[in-house]
Amino acid sequence: MDDLYREVIIEHYKNPSYRGHLDPHDISFADNNPLCGDHIQIDLRVDESGKVTDARFDGHGCAISQASADLLVESVIGKSVEDVKKLNKQDILDMLGIELGPVRLKCALLSLKVLKAGVYGLCEASDELVE
Amino acid sequence: MTLDIARIRQDFPILNREVRPGVKVVYLDSTATSQKPLAVIEAMNDFYHRFNANIHRGVHTLAEEATAMYEQARVKIAKFINARNPHEIIYTRNTTESINLVAYTWARANLKSGDLVILTEMEHHSNLVPWHMLAAERGVQLEFIPVTENGLLDLETYKSLLARTPKLVSFTHMSNVLGTINPAAEIIKLAHDAGAITVVDGAQSVPHLKVDVHALDADFYAFSAHKMCGPTGIGALYGKSALLDAMPPFLGGGDMIKEVKLRSFRPNTVPAKFEAGTPAIAESVGFGAAVDYLTGIGMDKVAAHEHEITEYALERLEEIPGVKVFGPSADKKGGVASFTFDGVHPHDVAQILDRDGIAVRAGHHCAQPLHEKFGIPATTRASFYLYSTKDEVDKLVEGIYKVKKVFG
Repeated sequence: MDDLYREVIIEHYKNPSYRGHLDPHDISFADNNPLCGDHIQIDLRVDESGKVTDARFDGHGCAISQASADLLVESVIGKSVEDVKKLNKQDILDMLGIELGPVRLKCALLSLKVLKAGVYGLCEASDELVE
Repeated sequence: MTLDIARIRQDFPILNREVRPGVKVVYLDSTATSQKPLAVIEAMNDFYHRFNANIHRGVHTLAEEATAMYEQARVKIAKFINARNPHEIIYTRNTTESINLVAYTWARANLKSGDLVILTEMEHHSNLVPWHMLAAERGVQLEFIPVTENGLLDLETYKSLLARTPKLVSFTHMSNVLGTINPAAEIIKLAHDAGAITVVDGAQSVPHLKVDVHALDADFYAFSAHKMCGPTGIGALYGKSALLDAMPPFLGGGDMIKEVKLRSFRPNTVPAKFEAGTPAIAESVGFGAAVDYLTGIGMDKVAAHEHEITEYALERLEEIPGVKVFGPSADKKGGVASFTFDGVHPHDVAQILDRDGIAVRAGHHCAQPLHEKFGIPATTRASFYLYSTKDEVDKLVEGIYKVKKVFG
């Protein structure tokens, strides 16, 4: 019916592969989108060489926010932390395969914001992380 | 006598707007802001075409006319809510500013550490945060009238809170999420019996119900023009003369003074005392035109029409499997239907409805604590006004079935 709700997004929303927590973990960060109340937490395990060996997300929100979190978490397993730091807005849009207006873009980018705040060891996530 | 809705809809040019080719807007977001009739748009246009000047002190024709129009609108607004004196109407930017005005002036002059302020669990953030700020600054205590499962205020708990002799009771006349019309007269009477002053958030009630501040015996009553067919950027605070006269001024600047020396000033009388700086003049003219428009139709008829639409909407929504509507039954609420739809976030519902031009709102509607109370992060809200039709409700229901299809 419309591009925004491609099957892949609905599928990742309804049946996420990486929903959960990691205990123990090396990095954990959570944030929400104050406009809509979407919430995302991401846990990572990182080995000595700086590679992400496992990752999980948890939270609640719209299909766009939750599906992008599942896709993002899937994509970072096996990547180096340095490569994770380089991820940007376009990477998320490519993963989702859709165009988004400014309001829904915030939903899509929440997980990336959380992930980057986590790997940079920040106290607070900022929008600049995903520009 | 019912309203001729087809005729009324012609007064609102935006209702003919196509949001994309062949898709007409179905505007179900009037609780956020109402649409504006031509009469209001043209009144403001006319003001800028023929009358524009700054008000007060000008001795030239334009300034005199503009001042008269600004004050005439005040008279209309006072009459609309049955205030006894136009000077009891203070122009503000909106309901939020009206409530803040009370919090910054009356409350800071009259409340001290330990004093009790009673609010309710169904308040909009605009009637929570000003009091949070006051509590942080002054050590004022806050208590909340609970909301029951079916979206009503628990008046028994309210009565027991009153035994603690609150100084102020501030509550919404009509919930922007649940639609609940609260028994304002009873709440105010009980507050007065306990010695408290009352503030009523009338953002949703003044546009949709016949409000009589005199009969309610409200001490302060706050509302916005933009939710009642008027422009954004202007609202009003009604206050009883004796209270307004005794209050310290709000913002400092031009117009709010009687006299200024290098090191001191004497404040002006009410209402100028609370209207520092150049106000929203064209907007006041639009506000007056909105009041004329609604008065011409009759608030009783507006309320009756909305009741009919709301009753129909609740009935149709509740027959959709997975839809849960929050708030009381149609006889106890205004034209608001906030709902959840199993397994689909409200943002996704709103986004898919937008494909068919259906404008609803998704989120916590600036009432986060109320959503927490019901254990939900957000709702989808459809809201109705004098121009809403049953056909639009049908489109909403069809749209929700489409959402169901997308999410399987």
